[in-house]
Amino acid sequence: MLNQSLSPKRKRYEMTMKALMLVSAGLTAALVLFLLVYVLSQGIPNITWELLSTKPSYLTERIGILPDILNTVYIVLATLVIVLPLGVGAAIYLTEYASNKKMVALIEYAAETLSGIPSIIYGLVGMLLFSNSMGTCLMAGALTLVIMNLPTIMRTTQESLKTVPQSYREGAFGLGAGKWRVVRTVVLPGCVDGVITGCILSVGRILGESAALLFTAGFAHAVNGLITGLTAPGATLTVALYVYAKEQGEFGVAFAIAAILMVLTVIINFAATLVQKHFAKRRSI
Amino acid sequence: MSNIITVKDMNLWYGDHQALHNINIEIPEKSITAFIGPSGCGKSTFLKTLNRMNDLIPSVKITGDIRYNDADIFGKDVDVNSLRKEIGMVFQKPNPFPMSIYDNVAYGPRTHGITNKAQLDEIVERALRDAAIWDEVKDRLKKNALGMSGGQQQRLCIARALAVQPKILLMDEPTSALDPISTSRIEELVMELKNKYTIVMVTHNMQQALRVSDNTAFFLLGELVEFGKTDDIFSQPKDKRTEDYITGRFG
Repeated sequence: MLNQSLSPKRKRYEMTMKALMLVSAGLTAALVLFLLVYVLSQGIPNITWELLSTKPSYLTERIGILPDILNTVYIVLATLVIVLPLGVGAAIYLTEYASNKKMVALIEYAAETLSGIPSIIYGLVGMLLFSNSMGTCLMAGALTLVIMNLPTIMRTTQESLKTVPQSYREGAFGLGAGKWRVVRTVVLPGCVDGVITGCILSVGRILGESAALLFTAGFAHAVNGLITGLTAPGATLTVALYVYAKEQGEFGVAFAIAAILMVLTVIINFAATLVQKHFAKRRSI
Repeated sequence: MSNIITVKDMNLWYGDHQALHNINIEIPEKSITAFIGPSGCGKSTFLKTLNRMNDLIPSVKITGDIRYNDADIFGKDVDVNSLRKEIGMVFQKPNPFPMSIYDNVAYGPRTHGITNKAQLDEIVERALRDAAIWDEVKDRLKKNALGMSGGQQQRLCIARALAVQPKILLMDEPTSALDPISTSRIEELVMELKNKYTIVMVTHNMQQALRVSDNTAFFLLGELVEFGKTDDIFSQPKDKRTEDYITGRFG
């Protein structure tokens, strides 16, 4: 019975399924590879030192993306500075303090829904909420991104807080430590990896965001310092990519930006994996 | 010998389920009191009530009177953190914090405001000596505590509890996760500690209760069936249920 080979019909079916799976796996890999090779091959030749270190000039008709790079850095910084305390604080409250479990479940559900909303809706809301009062500026864009990334930071921190063993908390409470001391000295150090992972994911999301920023942060290409930069309109790399490709037909520049963003994304994903590995190792001693 | 803890007519509920029925007990100072009984009899729950660790579980409701040195532990003016400083706890599974050996022991004193380095050094050394682990760790105080063996971790947890200079040490099956050699070391340690501290210990192991304790309380189905001198409980139990349990007829 065990030695009996499969019926020919069954065999054909098995073979077909296997082939189909191979084809779809191959197709997926090929698509990613094609995208990567295509963007990099189109983009890298267009990346010059001049492009990276100057601002666009209408007189010389040259394009430089230095302001866009700076704007991206500013908006990432501003967003993280605001969203981190908010998101981590909310997560600590929900996991460690809140006693109304129904409320916590409701908030978690809301946060999850929030992270599924198309980003252009955030842009629309951000425009009405922030840009109308403070003008179109990087800060308005950053605040919009704060709302967008709040669920990410909150949820990753929360998940990480839940992995801190209950026995640590009991041990600390048993020594007469108050709630805040337990959280600060025993719980928070155990969830640093979650916070960092959340940050890295958020940076990735901010880099890739265009729709929410089109409405709120504007399109300017001026080189500013951090403070003036935040109060002035400005385009991030992703927004600049859209503008150069769609409105000015500068596909060389667009592909150069695309290549830069792609490399950044790879670096960010790599960093996230590294952080997680590092902390997994530290935990296992 | 005076009584350091007096419990009168105590009842405890987890939601609708009553886990402890009408407990009355007086625990004498500087002695070892063992709680024995089958799983789920409420002995651990009762132990955790004594330093209000059950406060951490929202559905728990307690009635009755528990006095530590004549003070009501549920009194309005009682600070639960000070209570837990006086009544320390060692848990079933060793639970050192993921920090250095030194920082583990210094955690309690630092919590209660001691920051002076020399003073901390002294407290840490004394606690580790009292827990009979100083010689094993004195050269690696800065190493992560999670790198120690289970038995060492448990003695570290005892040292950590001793470092806040409690009057009472509650031990919730402190050797159930350990090998026989570590277990006997902890037992020896506990017997030495009773010169300075009052020890209340939950144990599954009746031999252990017989070996180390002065008094034994037998719990069954949330009731305190019998409490008395350990020798009496094991040689001439008054209650039929106690006799059946210690002779191994159930449990």
